[in-house]
Amino acid sequence: MTVLAYGVAGWLLLVGVFGVVRSRDLVHAVVCLSVAQSGSYVLLVAVGYQRGAGPPLAGSFAGPLVDPVVQALTLTDVVVSATVTALLLALSLQIARRHGTTDPDDLTGLKG
Amino acid sequence: MTVLVAAALVVVAAGGTAVVLTGGPAAQAVTLSGYGLLLTVLFAVLQAPDVGLAQLAVGTVVVPLMVMLTVRANARAARKRRR
Amino acid sequence: MSRRLRLWLFAVGAAGVAVLFLAAVLRMPEFGGVVHPLRAAVLDAAAAHRTPNVVSAVNYDQRAIDTFGEETLLLTAVVGAAALLRGGDDAPPPRPPRTMEAVRAVAYLVLPVTLLLGLATVVHGALTPGGGFQGGIVLGTAVHLVYLVGGRAALDRVRPVTVYVAGEAVGTAAFAATGLAAAATGAGFLANVLPFGTAGSVLSAGTVPLLSAAVGIEVASGVVVLLAGFLRQGTAGDEAAG
Repeated sequence: MTVLAYGVAGWLLLVGVFGVVRSRDLVHAVVCLSVAQSGSYVLLVAVGYQRGAGPPLAGSFAGPLVDPVVQALTLTDVVVSATVTALLLALSLQIARRHGTTDPDDLTGLKG
Repeated sequence: MTVLVAAALVVVAAGGTAVVLTGGPAAQAVTLSGYGLLLTVLFAVLQAPDVGLAQLAVGTVVVPLMVMLTVRANARAARKRRR
Repeated sequence: MSRRLRLWLFAVGAAGVAVLFLAAVLRMPEFGGVVHPLRAAVLDAAAAHRTPNVVSAVNYDQRAIDTFGEETLLLTAVVGAAALLRGGDDAPPPRPPRTMEAVRAVAYLVLPVTLLLGLATVVHGALTPGGGFQGGIVLGTAVHLVYLVGGRAALDRVRPVTVYVAGEAVGTAAFAATGLAAAATGAGFLANVLPFGTAGSVLSAGTVPLLSAAVGIEVASGVVVLLAGFLRQGTAGDEAAG
């Protein structure tokens, strides 16, 4: 189970980067990057999980609670991912305007 | 419970792979939205309601919408540039 | 670099990462186990400040300075994206999309409910799951239900973007001002100096609800400014196309 949980996080990272490498469109690459980043959400939340424990809301559950520290970190992670995605998508529009394409393979060489 | 956690993990891995293997970015906006929902379910199963709410709002609505609009804007800008 | 070479390079790198990652995983504490070194300290600190939602206690109290950094990052990214999304041809606002009457009716009904839900999520950040981020995103997205009802023209009327640009700044400034006010009392930047009240009441947990509200204003405004930019670029020229 340990290998499965953390393995899924690693898998998402690698499959996302794989998508970026073989991407034929910058928007596609940005989406694949966000999949790669979602691996870090799974890793963080998995680190904080405890079998049979309740959500990190004091008084809502008789028994231990899961680790809230990593969940707070994940929350930051989600927001950062969304803002970075927005910024990269806006950048891809500038590239489409200047070069008439968003296929990274057509964006070779320096253009004035 | 363990079975549920394992199932949610496997489904998320499959969902992420599906998003990456989706061909065009316009279709990807749809699979990305579905993947956001799968992640939300995983966070709920792992007792992380705060993260689940954030993922539900960001991952299933805002980001896919921005992707879809960017695809349209890019296509138009590229057409105009080539003309 | 050819695509084939690039994929080979990726395969080598990915294999290396996979091996190192697996080696690390095998030495990690068991998934679902009881090893959580920081948990007890964080739960005690949240209880001392009467914040039932411990994740909010971490984000808006114990780690508030990190959240301030994150807010600054959000502000910078929104400003950057808004700057990049300027320009292009200002096509006239397209006519309302051909929306089914049923969709428009549902949008009318759902809009107030969604706005209330977003507000409740922001206000109860210290008590229940949610807070400024989640509620702010719901609020910022809810405004766009108007688009379903009346298209971009209606949206432009009810959503003056300049107001939200100001809201973005006000939210960030409110967060910083709360922190500076705490520093002025001698307790330190972003220290939780207000009375903690009774756990479970809306005005408990000291500065947590204030910071949550500041983040809510900033995130809601940021979402509106971002979506306004993307909508302007993504729906321009609909008349010619449609």
